[in-house]
Amino acid sequence: MRLRKKTRERLFIASFLAGPLLVYLVFVIWPYIETFGYSLTEWSGVAPPTKVVGLKNYVDLFHDSIFLKALTHNMIILIVFPTVTIALAMFFAFMLNVGGRRGGLGGVKGIPGSAFFRIVFFFPQVLSVAIIVILFQSAYESNSVGLFNAIVIKLGLTDANHPWEFLNSPTFVLWCIMFILVWQWVGFYLVLFSAAMQQIPRDYYEAALLDGAGRTQTYFKVTMPLLWDSVQTAWVYLAVAAMDAFALVATLTPGSSFGGGPDEHGEVLSTYLMRNFQVLGKAGYACAMGVVIFFITLILSLVVLRATRRERLEY
Amino acid sequence: MAADMTQSTPGTPGSADTPGSAKGKRPRPERSRRFGESGATLNVFGTGFMAIWAIMILGPVLWVVLGAFKNASELNGSAWSWPHHWSFGAFSRAWHTGISTYLKDTVIVLVFSVSLTMLLGAMAAYVLARFEFRGNRFIYYLFVSGVMLPVYLALVPLFFQVSKLHMLNTYQGLILVYVAFSMPFTVFFLHAFFRTLPSAVYEAALIDGASHTRAFFQVMLPMAKPGLISVGIFNILGQWNQYLLPVVLMQSQHGEPPHYMLSQGLVSLMVAQGYSGDFPALFAGMTIAMLPVMAVYLSFQRQVQAGLTAGTLK
Repeated sequence: MRLRKKTRERLFIASFLAGPLLVYLVFVIWPYIETFGYSLTEWSGVAPPTKVVGLKNYVDLFHDSIFLKALTHNMIILIVFPTVTIALAMFFAFMLNVGGRRGGLGGVKGIPGSAFFRIVFFFPQVLSVAIIVILFQSAYESNSVGLFNAIVIKLGLTDANHPWEFLNSPTFVLWCIMFILVWQWVGFYLVLFSAAMQQIPRDYYEAALLDGAGRTQTYFKVTMPLLWDSVQTAWVYLAVAAMDAFALVATLTPGSSFGGGPDEHGEVLSTYLMRNFQVLGKAGYACAMGVVIFFITLILSLVVLRATRRERLEY
Repeated sequence: MAADMTQSTPGTPGSADTPGSAKGKRPRPERSRRFGESGATLNVFGTGFMAIWAIMILGPVLWVVLGAFKNASELNGSAWSWPHHWSFGAFSRAWHTGISTYLKDTVIVLVFSVSLTMLLGAMAAYVLARFEFRGNRFIYYLFVSGVMLPVYLALVPLFFQVSKLHMLNTYQGLILVYVAFSMPFTVFFLHAFFRTLPSAVYEAALIDGASHTRAFFQVMLPMAKPGLISVGIFNILGQWNQYLLPVVLMQSQHGEPPHYMLSQGLVSLMVAQGYSGDFPALFAGMTIAMLPVMAVYLSFQRQVQAGLTAGTLK
């Protein structure tokens, strides 16, 4: 009787896991594993790979000037984008949760209109990246019809005959992309930090207030240190997003296939990878690139988690 | 959800005894006034900056919606022009140049992919959360590790995998891929949820002679409804907005018409409109694509925010 019950349970477990596991292994895990295997071959991407070339693809990568340029661009994005996003999100979250004038319980509450700001700031997160692309495509247009140029002209920074070149400018193209990334993600981390801030006991703020701390001081001495865990998590996720940026760069920047222009000034790793795979017929090479990106992301996450480890305060 | 759960547990003792402790220490009006004043400039600056940021988000979106009502010459004239007569002409042009087909294809795929994601995800999460067996941890981490992997990394082999199964440019291919890529977050989220459910009712059902399967569908699933709703909305939004996967997987193979998804179709429409110059139609198409998302977001705003951020809170 006991044994029968046990077998029945096993059967149940197996039958419930089989389907999900199969789908997941076939369409997610296996392709990732294959990426590693293919990266060691010379493969056009049409017929199955025939020739194993060992680490040649990897060696080639570090002599490929476009790859190195793309890598540099990703590193710039990796430093600027998470820093700006986290700083803005923290500031907004602080304003929304404890930035208001005194009132409420012990003088801690958000500024008026918090609910409205929260809804609006988060909104880009629910938009498809395709919509964001088209939105900014038209906003960045380098003539007076484009929204941003219309604003710049209104502000008198330039005139209608000399519109700014936003995405076509070698100097600004990366910054334009980073602006969209920040625009897209600030709301998400605002909500994340808000959730973390709401877990900070109110009496911490009240104690700071009673001790005569101003708001700036409260922010830097109470809020920031207590949010450290969430900032860490945010860094890791933003790093993954910074290494990606595929859809934005591929469709917004000039270039015949998958963007990257002008003259490789907007090139990032993900677009170069896709071009190698779909246009240049170097699928094995593209896989090697994928593996390198994977390890960069992994190492970065580990470094962030290790380097920023601090004592944790339980409350 | 994780946010909701944590909010109710800690912090309560602190906030509960606050009024008492404040009274005990004598109110100090001059201090709290100073707190207010020191922040006055910050307040003005901060609120002003936040208002600008809000405009930066709403501005472009409204500009697109307004653009759908302008005619081509108004749109090409000045960015500040206002539509003169509010006509829905652009909407019907967008509808007929493909949006209706993209919409239909997207809905067909989503009906199956979201329900399958929920069913398979709930099954896996449930078994992993409530039963002990060898390999449980390993399978759990196998699922959850997928949250961290960027999609484009697997695109090359995924394309050939789907091609080998002869599922390129088919509904079933995209549905299965959507389900597979939604699995990590769904399992992760529901796993946490099933753990919090009480087991008394479930055990009672088993004692009454219900099988494990029946107990799952008739007892546990109904109890997990709030969690299922959160993760369901998350999956609907995520799959509705997916762009990369359909671009690679839904291309015409042997000359048959491609089954474009909505977001992919919009981008191709953008390229096409670049030639024909019918930007109002493009903006109308975008408005059509944004409407359902906006409706879902505004009506389930709390769940959406909680659901999307829950993944990053441990």
